[in-house]
Amino acid sequence: MSFPFSRPAALAAAIGTLAAVGLTACGGATHAGTKAAAATTQAAPAAHAHAEAPAAAAQPAVATSAVTIDNFSFMPAAIKVKAGTTVTWTNSDEEPHSVVSSEEPMKSHTLAGPNNTFMHTFSKPGTYHYNCGIHPFMHGTVEVTA
Amino acid sequence: MNPANPDDAFNSELSRRRFLRHAAWAGAAVAVTVTGGVVTSKVLGQGSPAPKAEDFTFVQISDSHIGFTGAANPDVTKTFQSAIDLVNGLPARPDFVVHTGDLTHYSTNEQFDQVKQMLSTLRTGQVLVLPGEHDSTDDTGEKYRQFFGAGTQGDGWFSFDHRGAHFVALVNTINLQKLGHLGPDQLAWLQGDLKRVSSETPLVVFSHIPLFAMYPDWGWGTDDATTALGFMRRFGSVTVLNGHVHQLMKKVEGNITFHTAAPTAYPLPHGGDGPAPKPVVVPAGQLHQALGIRQAHLVPGRHGLAIADQELPS
Repeated sequence: MSFPFSRPAALAAAIGTLAAVGLTACGGATHAGTKAAAATTQAAPAAHAHAEAPAAAAQPAVATSAVTIDNFSFMPAAIKVKAGTTVTWTNSDEEPHSVVSSEEPMKSHTLAGPNNTFMHTFSKPGTYHYNCGIHPFMHGTVEVTA
Repeated sequence: MNPANPDDAFNSELSRRRFLRHAAWAGAAVAVTVTGGVVTSKVLGQGSPAPKAEDFTFVQISDSHIGFTGAANPDVTKTFQSAIDLVNGLPARPDFVVHTGDLTHYSTNEQFDQVKQMLSTLRTGQVLVLPGEHDSTDDTGEKYRQFFGAGTQGDGWFSFDHRGAHFVALVNTINLQKLGHLGPDQLAWLQGDLKRVSSETPLVVFSHIPLFAMYPDWGWGTDDATTALGFMRRFGSVTVLNGHVHQLMKKVEGNITFHTAAPTAYPLPHGGDGPAPKPVVVPAGQLHQALGIRQAHLVPGRHGLAIADQELPS
């Protein structure tokens, strides 16, 4: 049997503006959990909006150059350092994490096991958002002062 | 491939024995079929219609996380092998097997190599693969595509036609900022790909991260899925099969039915259950119940696919 799944791409037409299809969150969805048969209904906020401002931004920045990754969170989530400071992230979760940012050219290796720290020096003042590349809902900020 | 009777795909041995007893008693052949959890039977024999060519099954497996070593599953290779054995023991060989991502836990060459070798032992017509975010932990999918990217486009997306149905495999695990992300290049490709497919054609879509808003706070959604789903609204029947969330869930949105899949590695909590989507440690001896494989049966004229999820054996 052959699967012709490598067909030349059809013309890449410009994506027209589509009527927003209201995808309501999980109301009415059924969980068929293999263990728990009971159906669960979740009230999740509507998605498909672009990522909101990270929750980290709302918290006061802590003056430290050390961030711990614990329980799928950057702790503290918001830090404040002086320009020229090297910030160290340490993953203390069993799960692998990473540190990536589009605002500062920063992309860590996979923080896991014995290779669980990452360091980056911030030279320019500003506020930089970053996230975990594997679990992108994990957010943090680095505020760099002159 | 020409299965004698694709309906046999869902026959269990018990059903076969009942069928034989029943047939002897009634003097007529009765085929027992389980589709979508509903048992039906029909009389075969002279004048019964031949199985339609479009009636076929395929298998979905997901989230194997080869390389994971946590307490939630001390031996992910063993449970992945168990899933493969389960597929290979099915009464009817599936037309193809699709793995919907998170093949590996750390995206190393060794882990990709191991997964590829294990997948090659599947008794099926073809093995199809798409990446999860764990398959690009320290790059943007380059290593993944060296192993599994042949014949795909962009980040590894592809489409194909099979027995009257159209299949699309999307990649929404690269360059993530909070949720899953398809990106403008893939959306343009998808729009062009679907343009030439008639609305009557059954459409089946694979992705790793859900295309519906299952639990956005944990990243269980795709930020530009609305555009992709918009291209699919005109189709009579759309089924979207994904992985990522390590649990079964079904959701219907108009013409589109979403089914999330069980993993072969370890369970995750229901969305919002606890502080984070951390691997769940279940009591000893119960892990296999949280893991599984999925058979999908395409029946012409039926809305959507008949889905049969099956736990791994103990």
